[in-house]
Amino acid sequence: MATFNVWKTIKYLILIVMAVLFLTPVYVILVTSLKPLDEVSLANMWALPSAIDFSSYSHAFSELAPNFMNSVYLVIPATLLSALLGAMNGYVLSKWKFKGSELIFTVILFGMFIPYQSILIPLIQFLRNIELYNSIAGLVLTHVVYGLPITTLMFRNFYANIPDTMLEAAKIDGANFLGIFRHIIIPLSITGFVVVAIWQFTNIWNEFLFAVTITNSDSQPVMVALQNLSGSQIVQWNVQMAGALLAALPTLLVYILLGKYFVRGLLAGSVKG
Amino acid sequence: MKKLFGILLLMVMALVIAACSSDSSSDGGEDADASDGGDSGESAESGGGGEGTVEIFSWWTGAGEEDGLLALIDLFEQEHPDITVDNAAVAGGAGTNAKAVLATRMQGDDPPSTFQVHGGAELNEGWVAADKMEPLNDFYEEQGWMDKFPQDLIDMVSKDGNIYSVPVNIHRGNVVFYNKQVFEDNGLEVPTSYDEFIEVADQLQDAGVTPLALGDKEAWTATQIFENILLGELGPDDYKSLWAGDIPFDDDRVVAAAEKFKTILGYVNEDHASRNWQDAAQLVGDGEAAMINMGDWAKGYFSNDLDLETNKDFGYFAFPETDGDFMVITDTFGLPKGVENPDEVKEFLSVLGSKEGQDAFNPLKGSIPARVDADESKYDEYGKDAMADFNESNLTPSLAHGSAAAEGFVTKANQAVNIFVTQLDVDNLINTLKNAASEL
Amino acid sequence: MAEQAVDRQEQEYPESRPQQPAAQKEKKPKKKISGDQWVAVGFLAPSFILVLIFVYGFIGWTGWVSVSNWNTLVPDFSFAGLKNYIYLFNDYRFQADLRNTVFFTILFIGLVIVMGLGLSILIDQKLRGESLFRNIFLFPMALSFVVTGVVWQWLLNPSTGYNQFLALFGIQPKWYTDTNILAGFEWGSIEFGLPVAIIAVVIAAVWQMTGFSLAMYLAGLRGIPDELREAARMDGASEFQIYKKVILPMLMPITVSVIIIMAHISLKIFDLIYAMTGSGANFVTDVPGVYMFETTFRGNYYANGAAIAIIMLLLVAVFIVPYLLANRRSDG
Repeated sequence: MATFNVWKTIKYLILIVMAVLFLTPVYVILVTSLKPLDEVSLANMWALPSAIDFSSYSHAFSELAPNFMNSVYLVIPATLLSALLGAMNGYVLSKWKFKGSELIFTVILFGMFIPYQSILIPLIQFLRNIELYNSIAGLVLTHVVYGLPITTLMFRNFYANIPDTMLEAAKIDGANFLGIFRHIIIPLSITGFVVVAIWQFTNIWNEFLFAVTITNSDSQPVMVALQNLSGSQIVQWNVQMAGALLAALPTLLVYILLGKYFVRGLLAGSVKG
Repeated sequence: MKKLFGILLLMVMALVIAACSSDSSSDGGEDADASDGGDSGESAESGGGGEGTVEIFSWWTGAGEEDGLLALIDLFEQEHPDITVDNAAVAGGAGTNAKAVLATRMQGDDPPSTFQVHGGAELNEGWVAADKMEPLNDFYEEQGWMDKFPQDLIDMVSKDGNIYSVPVNIHRGNVVFYNKQVFEDNGLEVPTSYDEFIEVADQLQDAGVTPLALGDKEAWTATQIFENILLGELGPDDYKSLWAGDIPFDDDRVVAAAEKFKTILGYVNEDHASRNWQDAAQLVGDGEAAMINMGDWAKGYFSNDLDLETNKDFGYFAFPETDGDFMVITDTFGLPKGVENPDEVKEFLSVLGSKEGQDAFNPLKGSIPARVDADESKYDEYGKDAMADFNESNLTPSLAHGSAAAEGFVTKANQAVNIFVTQLDVDNLINTLKNAASEL
Repeated sequence: MAEQAVDRQEQEYPESRPQQPAAQKEKKPKKKISGDQWVAVGFLAPSFILVLIFVYGFIGWTGWVSVSNWNTLVPDFSFAGLKNYIYLFNDYRFQADLRNTVFFTILFIGLVIVMGLGLSILIDQKLRGESLFRNIFLFPMALSFVVTGVVWQWLLNPSTGYNQFLALFGIQPKWYTDTNILAGFEWGSIEFGLPVAIIAVVIAAVWQMTGFSLAMYLAGLRGIPDELREAARMDGASEFQIYKKVILPMLMPITVSVIIIMAHISLKIFDLIYAMTGSGANFVTDVPGVYMFETTFRGNYYANGAAIAIIMLLLVAVFIVPYLLANRRSDG
C-alpha cells in the first residue's frame, strides 16, 4: 500500500509540474494584457501590473468585434462540412474498399502536405472564376477542401476500429450502404466527430494566410483583425495579448464544452465494440 | 445520438445558407450583422473597389499610422462625400504580409484602387517594370506639383521620364538616437566621425553600457547600419552609383565599409537576434544601451510609447559621416492599370498629395511631409529639424527599405547581412553581394 | 476485400479471434453489395474532384512555375529547366533550411509522441482532477501559432523569460539566439548538425501540439478493453510489462496517425517560426516555408519559391510512402 501511494504522489507531482510549465505562457499573456503599454517590456515580463488596466481589452474588443461574426459564419459551416465529407470518405475507405480505393486515399491524403503559400495565386484565380473570391463562401470552400485530407484520414482510422462484424450483422438484416452509414456508423462516430471538429474548428479559426488573401476588408475573419491590431512598425503588446485572448475565447469554449462530450462519448463504450 | 446528428445537419444547412446569402447580397445582410457587433469605425461598404469606391491598400494599421490614414480619409470624404473609401490594410512583418497579398491580387488581376509602395526601386523596378502602373505626368502638371516636391524625390518615383506615384511622407533612415542621461553620465559628446563613434563606443563599453542597441530579428535593421556606413564611406553620389551598378562591390571602399560594419557589430547587445527594433530601442530608453540606429519612426516610439521627452531624455544625430545626407524612406501611392474608376482614384491622389492632406497625415504618423511647402507649425521639434534637413540635404535611397535596389537584390542582400552578422566574414559578404549584383 | 479488412481487425484485436466464423458468412452478401459499391464511389466523388482541382491542379501550376524563368514581378513562363532547383541546392540558406527541417521534424514528432503518450498514461490512471489536467494540456491547441510564437519568443529570450529562473541554477542557455551547430560537419556550404537554436522552436511547437497527441492516445487507451489488462495481470505481467507488451503495440495505429499529422505540420511550419524567431541569426531557425514566403512575395522570385514548394512536397513523400506501404502490407 505504501509503495502504491508513493507512486501516486509521483504521478501527481509530474502532472502538476507539467501543468505549471504548460500554464506559464498563459500567465505571461494574461499579465501583459492587463498592463499599460509603458510597463510592457521584455525585462518586466514576469512582473504583475502595477494597476489592473482593462483598457487594452476594450480597445481590442472594439477592433475585433466587427470581424467576429465573419469568423463564426466561416468556421461553423466549414468545420461541419469538412467533418461530414471526411466521415463519408472515411466510411468508404475503411469499410467499402474497392479496387483503387487505396490509391484514392493516397491521392486525397497527399493534399494535406501542400504548402499553402505556393498555391495562393492559382487559388485566387480559380475562386474569381467561380465568383467566390472575396467572400466567406469562398473561404469556406477553401477550408473544406484543404481540410478533407486530414478529416478523411482521421475518420478512416477511427472507423477501422469498428469491428466489421457489426456491419455484417446489419447487412444480414438487410441494411444497405446508406442505412449502415446512418444507423450504425454515424451514431458510433460522435467521438470521432468531436475530435475532428475540435481540430478543424481551431485550425480554421486560427488560420491567417487564406483569410488574408481570399477576403478583403469587410468579410475578413477575426484572425486578420487580430493581426491588424499590430502596426507595421510599432506593436502594442498589451492590446495584442488582450486581443489574442479575446479571439481565442471561442476555441477555448469549444475545448471546454466538447472536451466533456469527448469523455462521455468514450464512456458510452461506443469504441470498445 | 440520432437527434444530435439531425441538429448538426440542420445547423450546417442553416449556416451554409446564411453564408451564401450574405455573399450573394454582397454587403447588405452581412454588413448589418458585422456592425451590430460593435462600432466598426470607418468600415466602408464594399469589399471590391467598384464604381464610387476607392480602395486604399496599405500596411498602416498600428497606432499613429492608422490615425494618420484615417485623418486623410476623413479629409477626402469631406471633399468628396459621393465617393466611399475602403480602407484595406494588412498588417504584420513591416509590410511583408501586405506585399504578399498585394502581389497575389496583382497577379490575379484584381488590383486595389491604389496601394502603398516605397518610392525608388520597389516601385520602379517592381510594379512599373511589370507594366502595372499608369504614368501620372499630366496629373502632376494639372495639380501644379512639379515644384512642390524636391526634384530628387520626383526622380525616385519616376522611370524613363514618367512619374508613377505620389509620395505622402518621408522618414529618415540615417539617424542615431541616444540616451542623453547615459551620454551625460559618461561625459560623452555626440560622435560625428567613425573614429569618434568607436571612441565613444569604447568608453561606453568600459563603463558597462552596451554602446549600440541592435534588434536584428528581422535582418533589415542590420542592413540599415551597413547602408549608412556605405553612404558615409562612398558619399551620396558614389553611393547611388553603387546601386546603379556602376561601382563594383569589390571596390576598396565597399570592403572598407564591410570592415567597419564588422567592427561596429562588436559593440552591439549580445541578444540582438532575439529582439526586434522596438525591443532594442527599449534598451536605449532604459539606459541599458546608449545608442540605436533606426529610422525616425523610432522617435514616435520613444515619445508616445515610452513617454520619453525629445532632447531631454533622448537625443538624435545623423549617422557618423552622413551629416548632410538624408536616407529617404518614402511611402507613395500610385494608380495601377486596370482600375475601374481611375478618375475617382486620382481625386484621392490629389488629396493625398495636397498640402492639407500631407499636414493631416504626417503629424499623426510621425513622419514629415514630402512636399516642400508644408506648414511647419504642425510638427514637433524633431519634425521641424528633419524638415529643415530634408530641404538642405542630399537625398539618398535606402537599400534596407527597398528604394535603392530591386526587391530581388534586397532579399539577397538581407540574407548576406544575416549570415555576416554571425560569421563576420568580410570576403563572403563581398562575394555574395557581387554575385547578386546581376539582380540590380 | 472484406476478408482483408477482417485480417486487419485481427491484427488490431488479437483477442477477437473467436469471431472467425464471420469470415465465412461474408461470402454470401458479397454479390448484393455491388450496387452499394457504386454509392460508395459516389460518396467519394465530390471530395475526390475537389482535391483534384485544388490540390493537383494547383500543384501542377506550381510545378510549371518552378521550371520557368518567372523571377521578377513580370510573369515569364519560358522554360528554365532545372535552373531554379540547381540554384536552391547550391544556396546556403536552402541548405540550412533542409538541415533545420530534418532536426525540427525529428525532435518535434519525437517529443510530441513521448509527451502525449506519457501524459495520457498518467491521466488515464483514474487520478483526481483528471479533466482539469486534460484541459490544461489541451488548451494550447486553441491558440494560434502567431500568439504562441510571440509568447515563446519572450519566454525563451536569453536575457529574460525562463532564464531569470534558470539563473538561480547558474544555467543560461542562449535558446534561439544560439548559433552553435552540435556535432557539426561540413556539408555543402553549411555545417550539418543539430542547430541548438531549433530546440527553442521545438519547445514552443511541442507545447502547442502535445494536446493533440494526448487526446489521440487517451482515446486509444480508453478504447482498450479492461479485460485485456486483466487477462495480462492474471498471467502475472507487471504494470510495466502490460504497457510494453500489450498496450503500446495496440496504440501503434494511433502513433502512425500522430506521426503523419505532426509531419505535415512540421514540414510546412511557417506561422510559428515567422512570429517567434524569423530566420534566425545565420539562418539557424529558418525553414523552407519561411524561405518560400519571403523569396516569393518579398523578393519576387516566383520560380524559386515554386521550386521550394515542390521540394517540400518531395520531402513529404519520404513520410507518406512508407506509411502507405505499411498500410498495404497490413491489408494483406
